[in-house]
Amino acid sequence: MNPAPAAIDFRANSQQVPPSMPGAVQKATAKFLGNRAALVDLLGNDLWQQLRQAGHEARLHAITHLDAYLIQAEQAVAKAGGHVHWARDAAEAQRIILDLARRHHVKLAVKSKSMATEEIGLNHALEAAGIRVLETDLGEYIVQLKGVGPAHIVVPAFHLSKEEIAALFREKLGVEAPAEAQALTQIARQKLREEFLAAELGISGGNFLVAETGTIVTVTNEGNGRMCTTVPPVHVAVVGIDKVVPDWESLTVLLKLLARSATGQKLSCYTQFISGPPRSEGETGPREMHLILLDNGRSRILQTPECRETLLCIRCGACLNICPVYNSVGGYTYGYPISGPTGAIFAAQILGTQAAGSLPFASTLCGACNDICPVKIPLTDILLHLRQRVVEGDTLERAVAPAVLRAGARAGALALRTPWLYRLGGRVLAWLQIPFQRDGWLPRLPPPLNRWTLARPFPAFQPGFRTWWRSRVRAGSRPQ
Amino acid sequence: MAITAQLFITCLADQFFPNVLKGMVSLLERLGVQVAFPAEQTCCGQPFFNSGYRTQARELAAQWLAVFGRTEGYIVSPSGSCVDMVRHHYPSLFPSGSPEQRQAQAVAARTFEVTQFLVNELKVTDVGARFPHKVTYHASCHLLRGLSAREEPKALLHSVKGLTLIPLSNEETCCGFGGVFSVIYPEVSQAMMEAKVRAIEASGAEAVVACDAGCLMNIAGGLRKAHSPVRALHLLEVLTAEGGAA
Repeated sequence: MNPAPAAIDFRANSQQVPPSMPGAVQKATAKFLGNRAALVDLLGNDLWQQLRQAGHEARLHAITHLDAYLIQAEQAVAKAGGHVHWARDAAEAQRIILDLARRHHVKLAVKSKSMATEEIGLNHALEAAGIRVLETDLGEYIVQLKGVGPAHIVVPAFHLSKEEIAALFREKLGVEAPAEAQALTQIARQKLREEFLAAELGISGGNFLVAETGTIVTVTNEGNGRMCTTVPPVHVAVVGIDKVVPDWESLTVLLKLLARSATGQKLSCYTQFISGPPRSEGETGPREMHLILLDNGRSRILQTPECRETLLCIRCGACLNICPVYNSVGGYTYGYPISGPTGAIFAAQILGTQAAGSLPFASTLCGACNDICPVKIPLTDILLHLRQRVVEGDTLERAVAPAVLRAGARAGALALRTPWLYRLGGRVLAWLQIPFQRDGWLPRLPPPLNRWTLARPFPAFQPGFRTWWRSRVRAGSRPQ
Repeated sequence: MAITAQLFITCLADQFFPNVLKGMVSLLERLGVQVAFPAEQTCCGQPFFNSGYRTQARELAAQWLAVFGRTEGYIVSPSGSCVDMVRHHYPSLFPSGSPEQRQAQAVAARTFEVTQFLVNELKVTDVGARFPHKVTYHASCHLLRGLSAREEPKALLHSVKGLTLIPLSNEETCCGFGGVFSVIYPEVSQAMMEAKVRAIEASGAEAVVACDAGCLMNIAGGLRKAHSPVRALHLLEVLTAEGGAA
């Protein structure tokens, strides 16, 4: 098991969002959503919905038969000359990579963008062992220089302005850096080129793992992924066990869905297929290729039928882009590298409700995520189930909500389901509010409703309908 | 044989929006619907369901089903959110194939949100209302995405005489209410509400119309806090303005 993580306090985090964050996030998400919408229009909504359904079915089929497809993938990778490792949790995955690094006397590892390695905290583990690890995706490179994690699962540094990045480059790299996108990219490119050539280990994730051929598929836009997986003598890919897809037919559907949903591209600039290390002397590429199949709580997610579809996620980020909560607070507020609705359901299960029980509540249940998800994950249903897990417990976890809240809910439900108590309650509140009312509004309320009145007044109780109805019935204006 | 509508008034409208309910009664009667009001109804249980208290939600659902299960005809409500609860979540609260679940499904099938009832069941879009004002429309989340009512409220608004419907930017973005969300994460709720209020003010409309008590409490409170002259109205208030409730 992983060590118990510190509890994520979404509210405290939400109170520390820098004022510039929401605007920067919204500008970027609006662009992605606009590009996506244009491509969906181009396909036509009917075809898009068919694609979503096909994607959903392909993913659901894969996670339903995960055992068989993982074995098939393992055999195919081994047959192609790759080494397959199974990692039960983050600690095991770290140990496998550290052993590998020691065996090959690795001093520098280069990484392409990978959420699985963020999830297992790989960079910290490598650095603690004295191995320098360098993010090579431009966005990841920037946030690594800044000493923080990704703010978005697809575009990690999208909240930073050109000026902020230029200042960061000047400070950390000691170079002249104008606040201009192309110049900044060139600086990063030059720095990275040297590192690619020096690195003894290349680390990648995998967007998909095709079972029939054991092919690791990575979807990138910068070409750094190719450098990481081909230049260093050893390549290790950390891939969640949920990433497996049966065959190339389903992969085709998912690739169409992924790039459109993520960045509004028909396909990303680089879609890379890695089917083992070089097979003969003449071929170039790493001498060794390792695949780490990471569980880290995924098989546990499968145990709850209501939450199983969490694992359909292809990490496109569309639910982050559309989520009004994410757009108001940005990624860091979630306290986990995977943020937004999909991050909330994933983290709450991977870390457990004790640590991440605040996340399933970080949604208004508006349902925009359900509608945009390219593989039709019922995100709000899963959020609702996880809320139930927090307050009532389920087959997997005990309740973590304070007993006083649960007692309050029981009392509230009793009052609300008993018609005379409900009616009396309304009348009593309407009477109690009299001294506090200001033309139909209550400017301030006692806790916990003071949290409402911090931002806007609460409407005054007006329980007049029932009396009106009774008087109409008595006046015989209509038959009862 | 006249159509019967059982009023499902919802606890929020019951406690805070009596005029919306009175207007709904007059409007339905004017359209020839026989209106009944099962007085033993309380709350549908959605606040409990949405905060994870499924046991309590089930208790309230059982009470609601006991009240409305005895009735006949349509069940009509001025709230998309509460209808979404009855239609889509009630059946999941009871064991698969149980008599309770069968009853929940049967009652859910005759439960309608009022704009969908008017437009799709009664086939009425012009109710004879007159409202000579500039109006913008906020699409309530559960009505829009839970019940797929994108067109019905607008069809009704388009038929109101004198009314100018102004588009609202980010019309389909949540206003930040979210039930318990607004008190669990008040700062985020406030940020979302303020964004909605800014969009409403920028539209230049004199009134914003929505179809759910929760959104209206949030948006109206936000407009008041911002000292805005824009009024927040339930669609029924527009449909029964001047046009002549009996």
